Amino acid sequence: MDVKVKILRYNPEVVDEAEWKTYSVTLQPTDRVLDALHKIKWEQDGTLTFRRSCGHGVCGSDAMRINGRNRLACKTLIKDLNPEKEITVEPIKGLPVLKDLVVDMEPFFDAYRAVMPFLVTSGHEPTRERIQSQADRDRFDDTTKCILCAACTTSCPVFWSDGQYFGPQAIVGAHRFIFDSRDEGTEQRLEILNDKEGVWRCRTTFNCTDACPRGIEVTKAIQEVKRALIFRRV
Amino acid sequence: MQQHRYDVIIVGAGGAGMRAALESSKRTRTAVLTKLYPTRSHTGAAQGGMCAALANVEEDNWEWHTFDTVKGGDFLVDQDAAEVMCREAVDAVLDLEKMGLPFNRTAEGKIDQRFFGGHTRNHGEAVVRRSCFAADRTGHMILQTLYQQCIKQNVEFFNEYYVLDLLMTDGKASGVVAYELATGELHVFSGKSVIFASGGFGKVFRTTSNAHTLTGDGMGIVWRKGLPLEDMEFFQFHPTGLAGLGVLLSEAARGEGGILRNKDNERFMERYAPTVKDLAPRDMVARAMANEVREGRGCGPDGAYVMLDLTHLEPAHIDAKLPDITEFARTYLGVEPYTEQIPVFPTAHYAMGGIPTNIKGEALATNDDVIPGLYAAGEVACVSVHGANRLGTNSLLDINVFGRRAGIAAAEYAATAVFEELPDSPSAYVVELVEGLRNSTGEERIAAIRSDLQATMDLNAQVYRTEGSLKQALVDIEALKLRFASVGVQDKGKRFNTDLLEAVELGFLLDLAEVLVVSALARKESRGGHFREDYATRDDVNFMRHTMAYRELDAEGNVNIRLDYKPVVQTRYKPMERKY
Repeated sequence: MDVKVKILRYNPEVVDEAEWKTYSVTLQPTDRVLDALHKIKWEQDGTLTFRRSCGHGVCGSDAMRINGRNRLACKTLIKDLNPEKEITVEPIKGLPVLKDLVVDMEPFFDAYRAVMPFLVTSGHEPTRERIQSQADRDRFDDTTKCILCAACTTSCPVFWSDGQYFGPQAIVGAHRFIFDSRDEGTEQRLEILNDKEGVWRCRTTFNCTDACPRGIEVTKAIQEVKRALIFRRV
Repeated sequence: MQQHRYDVIIVGAGGAGMRAALESSKRTRTAVLTKLYPTRSHTGAAQGGMCAALANVEEDNWEWHTFDTVKGGDFLVDQDAAEVMCREAVDAVLDLEKMGLPFNRTAEGKIDQRFFGGHTRNHGEAVVRRSCFAADRTGHMILQTLYQQCIKQNVEFFNEYYVLDLLMTDGKASGVVAYELATGELHVFSGKSVIFASGGFGKVFRTTSNAHTLTGDGMGIVWRKGLPLEDMEFFQFHPTGLAGLGVLLSEAARGEGGILRNKDNERFMERYAPTVKDLAPRDMVARAMANEVREGRGCGPDGAYVMLDLTHLEPAHIDAKLPDITEFARTYLGVEPYTEQIPVFPTAHYAMGGIPTNIKGEALATNDDVIPGLYAAGEVACVSVHGANRLGTNSLLDINVFGRRAGIAAAEYAATAVFEELPDSPSAYVVELVEGLRNSTGEERIAAIRSDLQATMDLNAQVYRTEGSLKQALVDIEALKLRFASVGVQDKGKRFNTDLLEAVELGFLLDLAEVLVVSALARKESRGGHFREDYATRDDVNFMRHTMAYRELDAEGNVNIRLDYKPVVQTRYKPMERKY
């Protein structure tokens, strides 16, 4: 089938303003948006620029805004996008665009790194593994699935209007350790998230949960962190 | 051009690179150069687990694990290396747990373990639960955990820096040259030690579980320096890739009771492996599937694949044990595994060969001589712990054990070594490479050449090989190299020029495909992942030895591939017929 793909192009080496460009591509209904982008780059216009790696939804490279919604290009099939109409592709919002669909990921990773996303322990290390019950392991299972694609954070209206807000992903990253029974860094992490740019900026719009390609219940995780802050226990 | 100076330079930030960085950066000033953001690395796509004889759920020991690794590798494994890996496996898993990796737990709260192909108790008596896992995303959790530790330890990363050349001074490693994707700027890094941990080259094949970015850059760079590559003919084809896509469906699907069927709905593995059937080793199952298709019993409009049948399993069982892979089937093929069979075909998965190293991770210039300051670990390296066929889960183990060893060795070497003076105009080669491609007026398209390369490799150098098919592949590769000489890059800019980098990567793929095919032509036997229809049995008299391929220039300046051989290290296991 012939599909029209409209892409927001931007290359500051050439022009100052971003502009929409429409391409015609022949695709199978089961092709992915990533296949469409590859066909355009490989057969029509080699200057089209985007990030991608694994191609099946586990590396988190190719989050983009497709028909107005954040998704992974490699996990979105053409047939699910109403391909009779034009498909629009633009970079994720709220991070500086560097070229075409490539955004500056550093502010996003800075927020993640700021919440101490690593196990904090004290005292002597045990010779064998730390013991953790299956129930305790299940407590933070959902948030371990995060692939740092930024689909959640860049779907958040608060993040769009206030680039200083940590954003949902950083809170998910903190949740993964706050609710890990082996961790002893909870107090410090909660203090970081209690900041004026922390969890309290969340307006519970659920965009993040809808956007997550891994099916993580992001809003629920944020609510759990808020509750932990109020009651000072996890 | 910018200049940098670090004691240790690590190329690649997957599992092996970051495990090395955690050791090296504790000891000395270390830089990690990576063409992807660390969490994008393909370690994250691994599913099944990481084997170690923890004996948490049943009796086990590392010697049994060693035996399985040697036998699984069809006795081409260097047994001293396998002993090191399997002995250190226990600490490697415990180290990851202490770093925070969320392993699944037993009822007592210990790390849980499960069955995996080829891992047995007491030298093949029965299967054993040895694989330590985190749901069906063990690789993802390893990658995340190592990155988190790197954050904690303030490891210095240079993200989206493509290393394109290795600098050598008087036979020692002295640095690298990197291309910064964001700006197009070149950076010269001077270093006492250089560790390659840049992964495999699965993109020489069309049907592959590998990421688009797995283009063998590290192997290609070393190759162009005239340094050897070992056992490049051994490439693992995983039986169950999603048909047409190559996306991996874990061996666990068959471990949980899944059955492979042909167009007559026959459970064909009963004919090929009457005892273990669908749970035969990966190389055997992949060959059986390819044979069904070749003999006209394939499924689909073109008869191009077979079916993986899970429909007899309880949906609740599928949801509990195989959630990710069944989601892949739904997302990409629109197949509902509860009620429909899943189209599958072997997918190029893992390079057993690579940069030869010893058990410290030191890279070799010949069979015995190390290259001072040069190290390699992970899929880019060939220690050789995988021999002719890697066992499932042993790659996640390899990156942790040998990543750690390379990191320690590189830092210790740097503590005693001095910075070598860099060669004159150190970036000259990369400037010529990059600007030559950028300014080319050629009209050949990168994607067309790559696609033709992948087509001939899938057709002629895949699961079944013959002298005729391999010679055809070689003729095709030579023709593609000529076309590559007039390849055109459309993007002439400096900023995020992925068009240009795809051309550079294609150059590496062409080089490595040629080494693979030349090595495969010379190995006139069948062993592990290398199957020659014209030499269908293993030949220990003539071929119980590693292939060492060298790139040499003749008097006219033409590139020749010279093959040499290296003995296999045997300690306690004598070669025997590989039956399961």
